[in-house]
Amino acid sequence: MRRATSDPKPMRYLLIGLVFAFITVFLIFPVVVIMLEALRNGLGFYWESLSATHSLTAIRLTLLVALAVVPMNTLFGISAAWAVTHFQFRGKALLISLIEIPLWVSPVVGGLVFALIFGKLGWLGGWLETHQIQILFAYPGIVLGTAFVTFPFVARGLIPLMQSQGSAEEEAALTLGANSWQLFWRVTFPKIKWGVLYGMILCNARAMGEFGAVSVVAGSIQDRITIPLQIEQYYLGLDQGLPRAFALASILLFLSLVTLAIKVGLEWRRLAPNIVRPH
Amino acid sequence: MEAAGSQHRPAPLIFMSVEVKHISKKFGTFPALYEVSLQVQTGELLALLGPSGSGKTTLLRVIAGLEIPDAGQVFFENEEVTEKSAYERRAGFVFQQYALFQHMNVFENIAFGLRVLPGKKRPGAEAITARVTELLRLIQLEGYEKRLPSQLSGGQRQRVALARSLAIEPRVLLLDEPFGALDARVRKDLRKWLRHFHDQTHLTSLFVTHDQDEAFELADRVVIFNQGRIQQIGAPAELRQNPQNDFVREFLDV
Repeated sequence: MRRATSDPKPMRYLLIGLVFAFITVFLIFPVVVIMLEALRNGLGFYWESLSATHSLTAIRLTLLVALAVVPMNTLFGISAAWAVTHFQFRGKALLISLIEIPLWVSPVVGGLVFALIFGKLGWLGGWLETHQIQILFAYPGIVLGTAFVTFPFVARGLIPLMQSQGSAEEEAALTLGANSWQLFWRVTFPKIKWGVLYGMILCNARAMGEFGAVSVVAGSIQDRITIPLQIEQYYLGLDQGLPRAFALASILLFLSLVTLAIKVGLEWRRLAPNIVRPH
Repeated sequence: MEAAGSQHRPAPLIFMSVEVKHISKKFGTFPALYEVSLQVQTGELLALLGPSGSGKTTLLRVIAGLEIPDAGQVFFENEEVTEKSAYERRAGFVFQQYALFQHMNVFENIAFGLRVLPGKKRPGAEAITARVTELLRLIQLEGYEKRLPSQLSGGQRQRVALARSLAIEPRVLLLDEPFGALDARVRKDLRKWLRHFHDQTHLTSLFVTHDQDEAFELADRVVIFNQGRIQQIGAPAELRQNPQNDFVREFLDV
């Protein structure tokens, strides 16, 4: 028996085959190539590439950037979702759309905006220079650029989640004498914690992999660049640059796979019945 | 459920009267309440009766502090609470869909109001357990402490919601369509139980309903609402014998 909506057999196999072919060529193949290329010159070279000063600095900087950006955007995301779901105000729909701007705008443009504000010839450039504050081509600039790009990740997931949950439990907590702090930590947060974690993971993955925005605000000064930029440097450079680039790329790949594993784990957990157990 | 509370009287509470004066509230351009004034006596069981959208639930929420009126005042006894937030008023509120904390078990739901008390007033762990156990006995759900709300029937959830609101020893109890979501049999049982509970405790109570029988069977006095205004207030018999306007006459079908 065939369901009325299902296509004839050849069509089905063709489509399924296409999807698999597509995934193989565009997703699996590159991953395999990265690993093979990274290990082409042997494990010794691989290890040496990763422990090279440039690589280590890039890894360290990338982790530091993620460490600043993820909490920042988590805090922002929760606040934004809370504001949008608990208050009535004019321009709410507009605000929800505005949050998504970084998803629509090219990261390079985002980076350029910061360059325009903080650069030497930018709006705040003169003032920053007289006060000897370095933002562009330094850690603060990279954090800003990355934060811009990853801005919507937590908020975007939480808003529909919190909207669907409504505020009945919050109202009940209020009538029982809970203040705002208790309300959030005892009632709201337990309901959204998996959503928050999910958003943080996506935000983290994107933060570590961001290239466009960071390349504008970080320039190309060695020792002040993140993993993706260092990969480019290796790639463009001579002296066995390519295998080094692949070695460092494998680190990003590894981080992505870990992220993916956690994400799948979370989704499985969320879909499993009775996931929320009493403490 | 009739026997509930007969052996176990809740601790003596201080009850109070509730008064609202000239309350008006609009949602956008829709007038939910218009110049509503009402006095609820200490120890009274009062029903707010009317068709849906008539403003009765809005009034209940205004009294609890969950809605801010555009105009008018709310008094608990002689104290004006209009400017006070819901968490300062601590009126016992039972929500139509129960609004139990889904991630907490029955025990934690009932204990919530005690756990969030400020440090000095917060009872110790033993006192909390004692109070929750007492309430579980009152609602006849002993042994259900560890259950989650999702593992309870509608009637059981409703009783837990009631116990949760009573845990903080509220000075007034507000119930929004307390039996609305239950099937007919459970409804009748809970109704009897509530009347019995009220006779035992005399906790000043207001409940919202659109069910005439429910209002007339339970309440000392019934307030009839339509289009955001009070049409008539009176004891059930009085309303039936002497409806003051066409709406009341038609609504009560007398």
